[in-house]
Amino acid sequence: MIELRDLAKRFGGVPALAGASFTARDGAITGLLGPNGAGKSTALRILCTVLRADAGTAAVDGIDASRDPIGVRARIGVLPHNANLYANLSTRENIAYYAALQGLESDAGATAVDRVLDTMRIGDIADRRTKGFSQGQRIRVGLARALVHDPRTLILDEPSNGLDVMATRALRDVIRERRDAGCCVLLASHVMQEVAALCDRIVILSHGKVAAAGTPDDIRAATGRDDLEDAFVKAIGGEREDPRNPPSPTQAAAR
Amino acid sequence: MKPAFRVFRKEFVDSARERRALASALLFGPLFGPVLFAVVVSFTVSLQVDGSAEAIEIPIVGGDGAPNLVARLGQRLIDVDPTRFEDADALRDAVGAGDEKMGLVVDDGFGQALRDGDPARLWIVADQSNASAQIPLQRLRAAIAEYSATIGTQRLLLRGIDPQLARPFAILMDDVSTPSGRAVLLLGMMTYFLLFAMLLGGFQVAIDTTAGERERGSLEPLLTLPVRRRDLVLGKVATATVFMAISLALAVTAFATAVRFMPLAEIGMTANLSPWACMKIWALVAPFAVLGAGLMTFVASFTKSFREAQTYTSIAMTVPPLPVLFSIFNPLQPSLALMPIPSLSQHLLVTAVIKGQGIDPVHALLSAACTIAVGALCTWGAVRRFRSEKLLV
Repeated sequence: MIELRDLAKRFGGVPALAGASFTARDGAITGLLGPNGAGKSTALRILCTVLRADAGTAAVDGIDASRDPIGVRARIGVLPHNANLYANLSTRENIAYYAALQGLESDAGATAVDRVLDTMRIGDIADRRTKGFSQGQRIRVGLARALVHDPRTLILDEPSNGLDVMATRALRDVIRERRDAGCCVLLASHVMQEVAALCDRIVILSHGKVAAAGTPDDIRAATGRDDLEDAFVKAIGGEREDPRNPPSPTQAAAR
Repeated sequence: MKPAFRVFRKEFVDSARERRALASALLFGPLFGPVLFAVVVSFTVSLQVDGSAEAIEIPIVGGDGAPNLVARLGQRLIDVDPTRFEDADALRDAVGAGDEKMGLVVDDGFGQALRDGDPARLWIVADQSNASAQIPLQRLRAAIAEYSATIGTQRLLLRGIDPQLARPFAILMDDVSTPSGRAVLLLGMMTYFLLFAMLLGGFQVAIDTTAGERERGSLEPLLTLPVRRRDLVLGKVATATVFMAISLALAVTAFATAVRFMPLAEIGMTANLSPWACMKIWALVAPFAVLGAGLMTFVASFTKSFREAQTYTSIAMTVPPLPVLFSIFNPLQPSLALMPIPSLSQHLLVTAVIKGQGIDPVHALLSAACTIAVGALCTWGAVRRFRSEKLLV
């Protein structure tokens, strides 16, 4: 369970988050949707304790990220945006390093590594060095690394970036499996279709604030739009100029 | 400390597989010093030894007027060649252009002045800034001065005066330097190269594990793991330290090997680089690896990319050996007051070992403690940097 309350963060005077509040429940996939620059990555980074909030709180299972960052980090599995592997290490070594730093060593570590190699279906590349891996392979190893300690909370930032159709489907299957196992999955994306296809609940972020939140149906009802994309555009306030030809999220962000 | 060891283990394997880091640690670092050192020493030795027993040949103008001088120089293995130049100006131009090292010009009135008892003029034409001409020049002057003194003595004797009266002082030289002591001036540079080789051996690792990790995008996921930043930095600094210590061991071995092939004996020098002395040198310099690794990691943690880190660590790398350079030109003796100064204390202690002198264990301990303390301070700075969110933003 993830709870963000009145989260605010500025970078050199420019606000990235301006009082965002939302929750992501266990056993559900929550999609954090918003145009580029809406504050999605900043919110996730505060939650992962690599950034500190100027105001407000971020908590995982009731543990405050600013008070007990190590406690939060032990509970989460993270796939940051553009995260990379160690090219000189094999897939297995990459995952085993994370397992060791999660406190899983020798037999327990090896068992955990074998389990995620199996879950992510990357047994065939387990002992290859990751130099030259495709984007799909990198994402799968990165996700395996994030899952090795069997976290109850999974935080993913633009996980399907650069993936082809098959790789995207495989990724979605894994994410659903985690949800069905009772995990809390928080996924940030700027791709409407991705969120619509995968998420049980959607939080729309715009200009550092939550513009709308709820199930896809809730959001359609709240914005009075049947199409989720229209609802999204309405929610982020990008509709004022021409209702029949809404600007893209990128244009909205540039405004 | 356990997580720090896990970080160290991974970074060590990772770096050992990185060709760039490995080449820097095992090849460039240890070889750069000894090779450069061998070149410098061979050159210095050749300057000092060159020609001391060989005949030198110099052109002369007007040699016909001074047959006795020419014969006398010939006895001193200085052959004069009167055929090469027509007049003094041509000789001057040739020396000025560097075609001749030096030449001798005999004044037209040389013979007459000698007979009259007036100073007979001789010109030595030479370029004093030419280092390779210094030794032959000294020999020429000494030979002429000796001949001049002989003639002077004969003149006094002819007039019934004791020549000793013209020599109020007897200057005797008593050189107390030992053969090893004489080697120190040259071998003093060795510490400089050792420190440099060591820093070179670990700086790629320090960059790779900080700025490199950040640039490749593997730092952010690492920071989301339940590991204290202190342990991350300790593991990374430890990796660079071990690489530097290995580089140092290789560099000391390379030096000990290179010194065997250097013509030190020709200039009356010996250097104490026995295996036992090499181990002592390694142990005395190794604490500096902690400082080097801490400093490189600290500097690299402020940069955003591998290239940027390379620029700044290269600059930072020139700073630690500076006290050594200072002391090469201003010789100092080991003292308690100097031991807290990193690099200078290592230099003084290593020099003592090479000289074959004993070293005070208190000095060695103080040197190690203070050097490691500075390294710890740099490491703490890097930890602070890792705790700051500026590391990622």
